[in-house]
Amino acid sequence: MVSGMKVGILALQGAIREHRKSLHRLGVETVDVLNPQDLKGINALILPGGESTTTGKLMLRYGLLEAIARAGSQGLPILGTCTGLILLSKHINHSNQHRLGLMDTYVERNAFGRQLESFEAEMPVPVLGEKPFHTVFIRAPYIEKADEGVEVLLRYQGKILFAKQDNLLATAFHPELTDDTRVHEYFLQLINQD
Amino acid sequence: MKEIKIETGTVAVKRGLAEMLKGGVIMDVVNPEQAKIAEEAGAVAVMALERVPSDIRAQGGVARMSDPEMIIGIQQAVSIPVMAKARIGHILEARLLEALGIDFIDESEVLTPADDVYHILKSDFKVPFVCGARNLGEALRRIGEGAVMIRTKGEAGTGDIVEAVRHIRRVNEDIRRVVSATYMELMSIAKEIGAPYELVLQVKELGRLPVVNFAAGGVATPADAALMMELGCDGVFVGSGIFKSDNPAKRAKAIVEAVAHYKDAALIAEVSKGLGKSMPGQSVARMEDKDKIAGRGW
Repeated sequence: MVSGMKVGILALQGAIREHRKSLHRLGVETVDVLNPQDLKGINALILPGGESTTTGKLMLRYGLLEAIARAGSQGLPILGTCTGLILLSKHINHSNQHRLGLMDTYVERNAFGRQLESFEAEMPVPVLGEKPFHTVFIRAPYIEKADEGVEVLLRYQGKILFAKQDNLLATAFHPELTDDTRVHEYFLQLINQD
Repeated sequence: MKEIKIETGTVAVKRGLAEMLKGGVIMDVVNPEQAKIAEEAGAVAVMALERVPSDIRAQGGVARMSDPEMIIGIQQAVSIPVMAKARIGHILEARLLEALGIDFIDESEVLTPADDVYHILKSDFKVPFVCGARNLGEALRRIGEGAVMIRTKGEAGTGDIVEAVRHIRRVNEDIRRVVSATYMELMSIAKEIGAPYELVLQVKELGRLPVVNFAAGGVATPADAALMMELGCDGVFVGSGIFKSDNPAKRAKAIVEAVAHYKDAALIAEVSKGLGKSMPGQSVARMEDKDKIAGRGW
């Protein structure tokens, strides 16, 4: 399923190495994306966890924000984890920070509180199979609400933590921090749909 | 739905925050205004402290944890993580910082040590810790105590990068030695460098430190920051280098870009233009040993 597939990882800042490792474990070739020309020839893109204000500014400065927004609206599958979820969202509560604005979601940043409230837990995620997924949340955001067209894949205490809208996938947790590659596998299936 | 068990303050959660800071710049700030400039420039976190290292160096006296009111002011000013320093071995300063909801504690040699034998048992805390190290043994002792992030010590407040370079090169050399050693030799190496055996074993298997490793101590220019990335650091702390320079906002932004694009020399040359004067600095080679900070820590 994955032979010849090339997945870009936005490599400006954050958990780049971890996503690379998850994809390599699945036999997928990865490309570091630092400039718009790096988007050429990739079948999908991952926006890793990091600091969303930093990543947004760096994306804006070298034309990546525009280039990725265009690619995403033209159907490039994009997985955003944590910071990536924030960047994908159209609406970010109490913030005017730079964003791609591709998903019809309303995001609350640092929504669980400061680092002391960061947590891990086993969460049931039916779309990934029967076995619960080990989720790690670091100063995590959540999706407060979503408009029509957004499919909720995990909701906990009313908060949306995993969502899909067409070619876009967003997690509030960090699948790249665990050895479980099921989120990545689910994401790669989006490539085959075209 | 079955009751879901939520666990906070775990090793995974503490290490996780350090992983998210990779490729970023953490800036020393002394008030909310500077914190906002740092955030606006693209810092991944700020370090709240009362005096930047070059002032601590110039003014002397005992350097302690910052005033909680100042820390709270900075926490309220920015949405990025806020770090603060506790004195080496000062368990109570660390507990105070944890009670303030600080995101990361730096048990730092830049402050005057409170204990000349022991470091804080950092695994006792829910808040993550970063510590300085000059070589692999020191790094692994700190990780053994529970640090989830390491930084070079460099020579803080000098604006001279030579010590930070020395420390990262030394850590890299030590790691190469462990990687190329046979399993039979590891125990003797652990004994020699004063490091826990289990962690030496982990270094051999990973080929790197088991936690994130940043540069710190002497970074003054975008090129300094990129140099440390080139030498294998995961990110950069900048202390006096930004707010003791002519144009902090511009320099801060330039350093952020230089770290993200550290392999792109043309881009670094571009962002290095017209930054004004860098911090004055002092050459470490001309300093007496008693004036050096990096020797603190055990």
